[in-house]
Amino acid sequence: MSAVETLRPASPSRARRAWTFVRRLPLTGQIGILILLFWAVTLLTVQFWPLVDPLMMAGRRLQPPSADHWLGTDALGRDVLSRTLHGSTYTIPVALMVVVSAVVIGSALGAAAGYLGGWTDAVIMRAADVTLSFPPILLAMTVAATLGPGLPNAGLAMVIVWWPIYARLMRAQVLEVRTREHVEAAIAGGAGRGRVLVVHILPLCWTPTLINATMDFGQVALLAASLSFIGLGAVPPSPEWGSMISEGAAKFYSWWIAFGPGMAILSVVLATAFLGDGLRDVLDRRGPK
Amino acid sequence: MLRYLIRRVLGVPFLLLGVASVAFILSQSTKGDPLSALVPERMMNNPEIVQAVEAQWGLDKPLPVRYVVYMKNLVQGDMGTSFNTRRPVARDIAERLPATLELVVAAMIVGTTLGMAIGLLSARFRHSIFDNAARGFALLGSSLPIFWSGLIMLYIFSVQLKWTPGTGRLDARTQAPEGVTGFYTVDALLAGNGGLFIEALSHLALPALVLGWSVIGIVARLVRSSLLDALGQDYVRTARAKGASDRVVLINHALRNALIPVLTVLGFTFAYLITGAVLTEAIFSWPGIGSYAVSAARSLDYPAIGGVTIVGATAFLLANLVTDIAYAWANPRIKVSG
Repeated sequence: MSAVETLRPASPSRARRAWTFVRRLPLTGQIGILILLFWAVTLLTVQFWPLVDPLMMAGRRLQPPSADHWLGTDALGRDVLSRTLHGSTYTIPVALMVVVSAVVIGSALGAAAGYLGGWTDAVIMRAADVTLSFPPILLAMTVAATLGPGLPNAGLAMVIVWWPIYARLMRAQVLEVRTREHVEAAIAGGAGRGRVLVVHILPLCWTPTLINATMDFGQVALLAASLSFIGLGAVPPSPEWGSMISEGAAKFYSWWIAFGPGMAILSVVLATAFLGDGLRDVLDRRGPK
Repeated sequence: MLRYLIRRVLGVPFLLLGVASVAFILSQSTKGDPLSALVPERMMNNPEIVQAVEAQWGLDKPLPVRYVVYMKNLVQGDMGTSFNTRRPVARDIAERLPATLELVVAAMIVGTTLGMAIGLLSARFRHSIFDNAARGFALLGSSLPIFWSGLIMLYIFSVQLKWTPGTGRLDARTQAPEGVTGFYTVDALLAGNGGLFIEALSHLALPALVLGWSVIGIVARLVRSSLLDALGQDYVRTARAKGASDRVVLINHALRNALIPVLTVLGFTFAYLITGAVLTEAIFSWPGIGSYAVSAARSLDYPAIGGVTIVGATAFLLANLVTDIAYAWANPRIKVSG
């Protein structure tokens, strides 16, 4: 039951409860939160930081890391550290929007499938099956190429890849919860179908989705960077992490060009894996230890 | 059980139909004009070519007819002509597929053997430093962006240490071995050419390690948890009571049962490896369908991307099917619903 409590907002001691919740997470989960906080603060404030312009030539070309340029300069003499930090404003918001859209769309469809059953269920879940038949990167590449390069299109492609996962999760949850006694009681009490679903079933269905969304966030960021690396996501000269690594691959012997963005992606993926694991430990007591 | 398997097998053609339909829809949605997905821009001015393509793909006909024509072409193995290579996509893919399979199989061997070894030792020495370090190592493998770790590894092992050769399947001037499998390592062995085998293997080693590393975690985590589960069972206690040594209990009694769940993730692992192979091939200039897809995507070569996607999805579906069958066969106790 604690899962429901922690998710219900607007309690007087909200900040305090959040803090207690964080303290219950394992150490790795707390480290994950710290890393994600760092990137959140960075992406919101990086434009005010005393950094050189990420798009302008800041020094000589292809300089290895030095006191002036901590992570060196790239093939156009741009500062890699500045570009890496500015890169957070591309990859992270895109990943966030993709996960939120996929969760909203997938959960709505999954809930409809599980609750309505019949043809609705069949159509939605077969569509999910077909989508999940594609290796994710290939489907994302095809859709992104069809829509044309650009970060928004890559984002749309990723939503198309990711929604079935949440549809399946939510459907399974709804199917499980709808047989519980309190739902039968509500129906017996004369509650309408919509009210039963929204008030009595859905609030109990979010925990697996939340855990999965947290863990997926890093994977989505990784796929976004992969698409940019291939050339289907962010377009130059954007300091997006994936396309920075692509530039680094072209100037192979200047390893430092790719080092910063690679570490940045790695930190985001690790942080969400840590946090997702921690959330599962705390929220989902039924899961395997 | 049998009913489940029959249903599972019968479902595959429908999924394939769905996959091909999605590919069709995508091929019709490129920038509004489906012709642009079939004819390279620079050939658009040539009315003969445009007409020939229109006739072949029925582009002057309504959508349902086009759908039927598309499916008919696909069944006959016609996926259109690549803009880049100007050759039939199906031929390009057939030529490049063995390279990808060799890489994926090698990575699978790396991932499952290392994953099982790590999982086994982690379960044996639970909560030890080794256990934690191994878990960190495995987690790192699945979190690293492979197009970056491949680059770094190539720089360290090939440029700095010179332990491995550069990119590609063979040295630049080496003639590829003639052979049936298309796996250079196997073909070289079959031809009895030891030197060539070593060369092919040394080229394969680094990309296979980088790619295989990404799935070590999946296998290791599962082996560890199912081993710990098995070690808590009554038959293990009985074996211990009869005086079996730790090693015998672990290997002969627990591991055998713990390996069943590992079967279930092999299909999943394969999917993960296909995804990783696309990017690994791009970094290591590996001439498989992954690097083909990447260069196709970079130049918006729609027929080529579509072809690779259909082939990839088919391989993926078949891998999952084999996994499910193997699983049902290995563990008949499990009731499969659905």
